[in-house]
Amino acid sequence: MGTRFASDRGLTTRMVVTMFLLGLLYVVFIGVLIVLGVRALSVLVIAGGLLFVQYFLSDRIALFAMHGREVSPQEAPELHGMIDRLCALADMPKPRVAIADSDVPNAFATGRNQKKAVVCVTTGILRRLEPQELEGVLSHELSHVAHRDVAVMTIASFLGIVAGLMTRFALYAGLGGRRNGNQGGVPVGLIILLVSVIVYAISFLLTRALSRYRELAADRAGALLTQRPSALASALVKITGDMARIPTQDLREAAPFNAFYFAPAAAPGQTLANLFSTHPPLERRLAQLSDISRQLGRG
Amino acid sequence: MGWLDALLGRSKPVKPNLDALFALPSAAVTLQAATGLVPTGLGSVAFRAAEGGAFATLERDVKELLGERVEESRDSYGYTWLLVRREPDALGDLVTELHAVNSSLESAGFGLSLLCSLVSFRSEGDGRRLAVVYLYKRGTFYPFAPLAAQRRDNALELQVRGALEGELPLEKDLGRWFPVWGAPGL
Repeated sequence: MGTRFASDRGLTTRMVVTMFLLGLLYVVFIGVLIVLGVRALSVLVIAGGLLFVQYFLSDRIALFAMHGREVSPQEAPELHGMIDRLCALADMPKPRVAIADSDVPNAFATGRNQKKAVVCVTTGILRRLEPQELEGVLSHELSHVAHRDVAVMTIASFLGIVAGLMTRFALYAGLGGRRNGNQGGVPVGLIILLVSVIVYAISFLLTRALSRYRELAADRAGALLTQRPSALASALVKITGDMARIPTQDLREAAPFNAFYFAPAAAPGQTLANLFSTHPPLERRLAQLSDISRQLGRG
Repeated sequence: MGWLDALLGRSKPVKPNLDALFALPSAAVTLQAATGLVPTGLGSVAFRAAEGGAFATLERDVKELLGERVEESRDSYGYTWLLVRREPDALGDLVTELHAVNSSLESAGFGLSLLCSLVSFRSEGDGRRLAVVYLYKRGTFYPFAPLAAQRRDNALELQVRGALEGELPLEKDLGRWFPVWGAPGL
């Protein structure tokens, strides 16, 4: 006996292509660095260190930055009960549960694996959403945990960190030292700078694309888990509609953590092209959810 | 979920395991011998109603099939419970009925919606209550003994775990013994 849920081939394919391109870019970049004979190793070590810290402390960093506080089942019985049931439906270990005291309606999941995972919701989202909608949001976050999105996105952004560091490295060291080197040829520092900038730009776009695909995948998995895509859709509409009206100061503070958010806090530059955003546009997410709803309703 | 599914952002729905329920009647005998808890003849199935017409039709069919024998209720978390009543000594009958509900849900493609099933027990002397809860997605059982004011009788639960060890596949991860306060049939 099958289920009614077909996986989205197109989405998977796009995700694989994006990951492949990122990997390819990575190989080419390292190759160029080695050919140019720069101190690539030291840069890699620095970037690796950063990645390591980010990877292993992701749960604590995010919770600390958002002032999230872990809550016990006695403190938040409703929230815990909801997550208990969703975990039993999905057959996954229960993550820790935290609440952040902020009026920005949002939720995020962090932690490098299922055991270390934390699901955090803000008091703003608890206040605004109906239980059904909140459950949709929680199942979206649990899907992030199940898909190990923190690990995937941290590793995917590694290249961006390396390229960014190389750009600075080349600016300070490479360009400054060119007079001592070969007078005739193109300075090595300049080449490194150019290559790094290009690599950085491409990897930035690819990582963002990957992030958007993973958001769609989490929406999909979340809707399949609760079997109520419409509740998730209505939560999305409520949150994104609400968020445009929140004062910007709070939002800027929240901006660096957008990648793990349920819906990104609306930054001042709302007109930024979709290409640069970590989350797919609302219409795209709603369209996917209504497709799933249609699949469910078919007798 | 395998690493490949994680990498590709796919969730494979977990298939429910329905047959383990039939081990309950013989386990109940062991339970009574070890702890004095006897079946109350109440059992229930919890599932999530999916949105859309397909599920509504199915739900109606299931209710027609079971007729007056089940009572439907909805809890505050949005799950639907079907409560089945039988004579306390007809546990085998009760389990068969619960299985009928499950298999009709599953054969219509809504196996995903099944959350848990429970059969309740009571101790005649001191009035202690216990539910043996079955998790479909894990294929495991665990005991749940509610006390007043949303507390759990952990001592009784652990005692029951000891008694049922060889009889039923028990949930090893204590973190998944989630409480079902106020569940119908408790």
